[in-house]
Amino acid sequence: MSQRYFNKEIETMPREQLKRLQSEKLVRQVRHVYDHVPYYRALMDESGVSPDDVKGVDDLYKLPFISKSDLRETYPYGMLAVPLADCVRIQSTSGTTGKRVIAYYTQHDIDLWEECCARAIVAAGGTKDDVVQVCYGYGLFTGGPGLNGGSHKVGSLTLPMSSGNTERQIQFMMDLKATILCCTPSYAAYIGESLKERGYKPEDNCLKAGIFGAEPWTEEMRRDIQKSLGIKAYDIYGLTETSGPGVAFECCEQHGMHINEDHFIAEIIDPDTGEVLPEGEKGELVFTSIDKEAFPLLRYRTRDICVLTSEKCACGRTHIRMSKPMGRSDDMLIIRGVNVFPSQIETVLLKEGYAPNYRIEVDRFNNSDTLDVFVELAPEQFSDTVSGITAMERKLSESIKTMLGIQPKVHLVAPKSIERSEGKAVRVIDRRKLHD
Amino acid sequence: MAIKQLTVFVENKRGRLAEITSSLAEENIDMSALSIADTKDFGILRLIVNKPDEALEVLRGKGFLVQITEVVGIKIPDRSGELARALNALDNAGINMEYLYAFISREGESVFIALRVEDNYAAENVLTNAGFAVLG
Repeated sequence: MSQRYFNKEIETMPREQLKRLQSEKLVRQVRHVYDHVPYYRALMDESGVSPDDVKGVDDLYKLPFISKSDLRETYPYGMLAVPLADCVRIQSTSGTTGKRVIAYYTQHDIDLWEECCARAIVAAGGTKDDVVQVCYGYGLFTGGPGLNGGSHKVGSLTLPMSSGNTERQIQFMMDLKATILCCTPSYAAYIGESLKERGYKPEDNCLKAGIFGAEPWTEEMRRDIQKSLGIKAYDIYGLTETSGPGVAFECCEQHGMHINEDHFIAEIIDPDTGEVLPEGEKGELVFTSIDKEAFPLLRYRTRDICVLTSEKCACGRTHIRMSKPMGRSDDMLIIRGVNVFPSQIETVLLKEGYAPNYRIEVDRFNNSDTLDVFVELAPEQFSDTVSGITAMERKLSESIKTMLGIQPKVHLVAPKSIERSEGKAVRVIDRRKLHD
Repeated sequence: MAIKQLTVFVENKRGRLAEITSSLAEENIDMSALSIADTKDFGILRLIVNKPDEALEVLRGKGFLVQITEVVGIKIPDRSGELARALNALDNAGINMEYLYAFISREGESVFIALRVEDNYAAENVLTNAGFAVLG
């Protein structure tokens, strides 16, 4: 019989009781941060809030927000709340230059993160009898280590595959009868295609579920993956700043992701005014960690736009659910799982001697993202041969790849052919239908 | 000695070529050669005209990415084997060629060829020594 919850007491705790638990933890967390992080203390002093002003969840709004720029400013140690000697691990954001954030973990932090992932695996039907194939990247990226640790906690047999090498993924999946697949949704779709190409039917594999995250995906993509692999596909959410994957996860209802509220308090704010919005309204998701030692973040602005609901879920879990992110309040794009800021592409263009007139087009074909960058040629760069221009395109494509980690297709176009607009330029056209 | 060729970057969009030729026609500029190298996204148009400097200004004024490239022009007899002889002469001298195209001659017995090579001066010497008349 399948186990329904990893931590039944917590996951099904009545909301009143959960709120009391959150309040107790929040008060301790605020005190811990204030006492140990000078940067945060200065921020709170500036806002005129003392730790004593925060007596529970209802006082959360008094605290100042922090954002990625605070984390960059304090790189590498500025947000650390324990001595380095007490830390056992770091992880880092996808490593888009200039935006790197390092998160620190004590053993306690690792344990709570892994428990969050374990809850996700159990919610997807995982037990100690399962074989969990983790093909998220291992290393600085949180995907692999997080699900790997969660799978250990569940007691499942863990296949630490990491990403890539699809041939080997398929061999292990078939030979070792993997039952749960963890990877990005686009890679899951790719594995589905590859299985089909090799003549496998969906019923030929032993998979029953997949836990997919780290990039936006649609209900349509979910249906495709479920069909091609013969599984139920579950969404998982997280960000390095708050631990990694597992901050929120889908249950068997596949209708919103339960936020692990015993560790994280979620708020939805108006991204322009910072005002807290009532439940059910669409706005920017803000997280406050309440149980972290090394890298606690209070009111961290995720930039993800979504909706929260605490309506009762048929699965029995009481924790609030978040919708799939419906977009970003900044201009960040997630392309093939990699965070991309248009400003990074602009930096490369300027460095390579191009004018910052460009257009980025993102689309998705066969469940895989494409990135096209259109750049205006300057008269002095003009070559009178096709090979000269294609060589320039290739060189620029390589430079952008070095910056972003993903390869774009570069198109050089005539000067002034990229539309200028008054005010904020429309530089990005995202044709992926990520939000139903 | 070289002749002036106009090189124009043309995006693969409807009406671009018509726009270029009309702009030149309006200024009474006469074309004697036209060649296009094209890819999926763009083409490179090469033109020989009677008033290249004027044509450059006209097209720049219309916002085109255009430049003047000096190419070697030769006159060859309109006879089988003559182009091959010219190209072999260049090849034997180790001169690499990027592209070439033919253009209109008003003299019935000969053809004009525009050649884009790495070193115009060297190419012209080789071709003159091989007995070809160099234009420009």
